[in-house]
Amino acid sequence: MSAEPTPSPATTGAVADASGDVLRVEHISKRFGAVRALHDVNLHLGQGEVLGLLGDNGAGKSTLIKIICGFQQPTSGKIILEGQEITLKSVDHARSLGIDTVYQDLALINELTVYHNMFLNREQTRWSLLSNRRMRRTAQEQLDRIGVDIPSVDAEVAKLSGGQRQAIAVARAVTSNAKVLLLDEPLAAMGAKEGAMILELVKDLKQQGEVSIIMIMHNYGQALEVCDRINLLQHGEITFDKLANDTSVQELNDIVIEEYRRALLERQQQEGQQSA
Amino acid sequence: MSEITERTPQAVSPSGGGPARGGSNPLGSALSVLARQREATVFVVAVVLLLYFGIRYNSTFVSQTNLSNLLSNTAAPIIIIAIGEVFLLICGEIDLSAGFVFTFAPFLMHYLIDFYGVPAWPAIIISLLFGVLVGWVNGFLTVAMGLPSFITTLGTGFILLGLTLTTSHAYPANIPASTEGIGHWFGSGAWAQFVWALVLTAIFYLVLNRTKWGLHTVATGGNQLGAREAGIKTGRIKYGNFMLTSTLGALVGLQTAFYTNTIDPSAGGYQPMFYAVTAAVIGGTAMLGGQGTIIGAFLGGIVLATLINGLNVAGISANPLNIVFGAAILLSMIANVRLARLRAAGRE
Repeated sequence: MSAEPTPSPATTGAVADASGDVLRVEHISKRFGAVRALHDVNLHLGQGEVLGLLGDNGAGKSTLIKIICGFQQPTSGKIILEGQEITLKSVDHARSLGIDTVYQDLALINELTVYHNMFLNREQTRWSLLSNRRMRRTAQEQLDRIGVDIPSVDAEVAKLSGGQRQAIAVARAVTSNAKVLLLDEPLAAMGAKEGAMILELVKDLKQQGEVSIIMIMHNYGQALEVCDRINLLQHGEITFDKLANDTSVQELNDIVIEEYRRALLERQQQEGQQSA
Repeated sequence: MSEITERTPQAVSPSGGGPARGGSNPLGSALSVLARQREATVFVVAVVLLLYFGIRYNSTFVSQTNLSNLLSNTAAPIIIIAIGEVFLLICGEIDLSAGFVFTFAPFLMHYLIDFYGVPAWPAIIISLLFGVLVGWVNGFLTVAMGLPSFITTLGTGFILLGLTLTTSHAYPANIPASTEGIGHWFGSGAWAQFVWALVLTAIFYLVLNRTKWGLHTVATGGNQLGAREAGIKTGRIKYGNFMLTSTLGALVGLQTAFYTNTIDPSAGGYQPMFYAVTAAVIGGTAMLGGQGTIIGAFLGGIVLATLINGLNVAGISANPLNIVFGAAILLSMIANVRLARLRAAGRE
């Protein structure tokens, strides 16, 4: 298995050597009692880069994301944002530093309009009254700029499709000046058309190069299409780190099938010992 | 998507006729504007009821005494408490104790003035602040202790009732003489309470629809987790809305005491609170949180008061009135649920 770290690719002209990484995760381990969720994980994210985080269920993807977004604290290890070591106390704290997460269960408010959701808790006011017109216009401009297509910013979020809601959530994070965006399975439970819309959005963001993205993904084809680089987590360790151009669906599949084969073999051996 | 946007629940005509589109005639466009509002149903009901009683019992119903009685003394207390309940219902809570703050607040004023020699104004202000305190306690028990607000306010309501009955020995008291001038524009003036109701409705309409507080109240009730993730302090929102409701309860208690010219331990209680919740619900406020309207609650209050007053003028006993109320609550709730389903269907 190839585990040699590859340098980050230069996506938007910025040379992303080690010091140019916007985010570095060094030697992160996480234990829950006797369970070792993450072991000595190293991960880096270049400016404007899109990193795909793949791995089996229970491999530790979500734990890693939760540590980077400030929801959980690591047992040991360091997080370095723009060259400075940070200790994340909470999700709010991480967000204030520019690390924003878009969850699977979207944190949008169904009963509110798109533009109120976009500005939730960052509302623009004048004499304590909401400047709805200004927020509506700004929201429309921001959505146009990053290429999100919805019927109207006045629509209640409840009336939008899953893909549109996901897009609004991503747009909200991007427009709140996030430097690092964590997307937890942004394409889960989404049809092909909707998924394509989100992939398109991520590609647009990549082109603009202002935000760096870590995406948890399951579909290798989609991951290779949109990501610059792929990391594979297995049993709490990063076992694979390659540029998307240097790998293939075939290679990723082989690794995972190999893992299944080994798991199956171990199981058979155990059963054999028990019956012996 | 555009066709979905058109098929909004609000677009269903309240009168049962097709939604009047393409407003080539002014009446048609007025109807379509009306039809898109959540408050449309209750508005139509209020107008129909007022017209019915106005035409049928012309001389008695439309007399100035009766109208001021209807709007100022029957509708206004319901409306004022309903304003608070709307905010609470939107953020997913309820206050059953508001009517008992109503009962105790004027007694507190009486004790302060007559037993402790406090001047009228500070006594009134302290009585209102007592409402703030009760709201804080309700908030604390609900937010910090994690009790359902139904239970919290059931408990604090009983405590307040016990407090009132124990301290007053269940006897009414006279309005302190020193409050005479204040009482006039507070509640005993013919239109005083209705003016209060109008002003408070206007203010809290703005608060709900045009301020961060209102937006965050909707967010808290709509998706508490999401609101928190956006950094909204949902606990604070709930504390605030409990405090608002209790304070409005205290205000109405004082007003009613001034209007009836007596401080009565049997005033208030569950009835005004349940009327207020009824007004909120038939006005279009969902009990599930995330949705509600102040204008709807105002109109709901008018509808209830018109029924109470109109049936009284018509000489019908108050007893069957409760049947009408019950039916009104159920019908409006069914309408709310149907609208929610339409909404969900619109998401497809």
